[in-house]
Amino acid sequence: MRNHRFIAVVLIIAFGVVPFVANEYWLQAILIQFLVFSLAAIGLNILTGYAGQVSLGTGAFMAVGAYATFKITTAFPEINILIVFILAGGVAAGVGILFGLPSLRIKGFYLAVATLAAQFFILWLFNKVGWFYNDSPSGTISAPPRDVFGFLVTGPEATPQARYLVVLGFLTVFALIAKNIVQGRIGRSWMAIRDMDIAAEIIGIEPLKTKLLAFAVSSFYCGLAGALFIFAWLGSAETEAFDIFLSFQILFMIIIGGLGSITGSFIGAAFIVLFPIFLTNVPPMIGVTIPTDLSKHIEEIIFGALIVFFLIVEPHGLARLWQMFKAKLRKRSFP
Amino acid sequence: MEALFITPFVEIVDSPIFFMEVVINGMLTGILYSLVALGYVLIFKASGVFNFAQGAMVLFAPLTLVGLMETGVPFPIAFILTILVMIALAMLIEWSMLRRLVNQDGMILFMATIGLSFVLEGSSQIIWGSDVKKLDIGLPDSSFEIWGMLLNTLDLSAAAVAALLVGALALLFQYTATGRALRAVADDHQAALSIGIPLGKMWVIVWSVAGIIALVSGMVWGAKSGVQFSLTLIALKALPVLILGGFTSIPGAIIGGLIIGVGEKVAEIYWGPVFGGAIEGWFAYMLALVFLMFRPQGMFGDKIIERV
Repeated sequence: MRNHRFIAVVLIIAFGVVPFVANEYWLQAILIQFLVFSLAAIGLNILTGYAGQVSLGTGAFMAVGAYATFKITTAFPEINILIVFILAGGVAAGVGILFGLPSLRIKGFYLAVATLAAQFFILWLFNKVGWFYNDSPSGTISAPPRDVFGFLVTGPEATPQARYLVVLGFLTVFALIAKNIVQGRIGRSWMAIRDMDIAAEIIGIEPLKTKLLAFAVSSFYCGLAGALFIFAWLGSAETEAFDIFLSFQILFMIIIGGLGSITGSFIGAAFIVLFPIFLTNVPPMIGVTIPTDLSKHIEEIIFGALIVFFLIVEPHGLARLWQMFKAKLRKRSFP
Repeated sequence: MEALFITPFVEIVDSPIFFMEVVINGMLTGILYSLVALGYVLIFKASGVFNFAQGAMVLFAPLTLVGLMETGVPFPIAFILTILVMIALAMLIEWSMLRRLVNQDGMILFMATIGLSFVLEGSSQIIWGSDVKKLDIGLPDSSFEIWGMLLNTLDLSAAAVAALLVGALALLFQYTATGRALRAVADDHQAALSIGIPLGKMWVIVWSVAGIIALVSGMVWGAKSGVQFSLTLIALKALPVLILGGFTSIPGAIIGGLIIGVGEKVAEIYWGPVFGGAIEGWFAYMLALVFLMFRPQGMFGDKIIERV
């Protein structure tokens, strides 16, 4: 009950207050990015945290979503863009199933490396074949203006508020769906496969269906996130935006936030988004100037060290720490 | 279709000498892939860790070497100093990371080494800068012709260095007490500890050796194309070699490297134009992936036996 009330309060603030008080910098540089990454992190967490299949190809699945949205909405401009996003997620899910097929035969590290095949092949494809970006001379895809009930939600003219609300809406709906999936029968079968697949098979869980479903659902979320990444946040991009570094970033989010936790996906995304901003803004405030390339390397080092730290100290990530903190507070208030 | 199934073969038959040249050059590159892959295999065999940071080490080690040489240290001394640095690094990694992750699931360790690779990449660029550095270690670099094929002496000597190192490692693993202890550690951390194998010491040894392999492979690649950040990408190329050959097999790494090296070159030259070029980036992965569908443990990997 307590949790539901907390979520309700957050949602009321996010939908009702934030769009009116936040300025463009906050929306564009922090909030929209945070929401998009949260969605992607939920996607990867379903696959890695719940179903136990490590993937280094998140960036590629996000790219599939983005390029699918671009192709569908330029070919059929009359379809509502919100529906196009969902369709694009479906396309990504299909591609995810395709690249998930090897997971039936190979697992663990072999699979992690195999997902790199998706990462490199898909990006190469989108880069090389002009059809995917409508042969635009710059090789980039950019969001065309599309409206929902008369409000522009994508394209250069759309207000940050509108884009923020679109992303927030999708995230709210799909985060709740994810929460329900992972707590239900499907989620349990994923966790059984993660913990020991042979034992899971013996108690009647079909590995084929379960693993492919995890790949499909996860890729759907990642594809949707990728579509929003371009259409609601960046506006335009080329394949480089989806390179392996993005895959690592999302992986770091779920490790820092907490493997196998929906809340953790949010916390991890917030951390990864806010930390670089913190690093560029705080040292000048206390009178230290760090050159940009140096601060980029420092960021790398700190991220890496944090990953190691969390895996050693608290593999369940910040989400677990947050839970323990809440439990402590409760005990204090009702001794 | 014709460009896919007919033309390449016609070209191969038309000029077999050129085909041989492509194959040999592919093999020479392949040996270098094997060398990088060996670093992974070694650590995996000895500690069950899939060390993603090997790529960062392939950058870190030669950068340290070049950095030292730039300050005026002659090559042999710089080389020894770099080896000492790599040993110190191995100790640091053991102390700060590995001993705290004993008996953890392999996947956790793998993700920890991804973190480590970020630390190493960041710090090597902070310490030594991110410019492309030239590395001159006195390997002859010229082309010569033999039986109508154009070969490069640098590639040949690099391959010789690699072959030597690979041989030495195989001997170390098969015939010394240390090698046996390392294999025991790979099998089971706890069991190895209980029969008195000093786990920490073994890890330091194996990470040091992997560091030295990283130094040698980084040097060879660096002599070819300069020491720069893209060296870490070569490590990504070595991953398909690894899954092709099997994580646990030294011969697998060597043969896998040769197959990938040759396959990549041949595919790029004969089939590249059909696909619009630049297929080197993913060809190796796809090859490995298809292969894995039929043999999930790689060519020479230990058979995967599962118990409940």
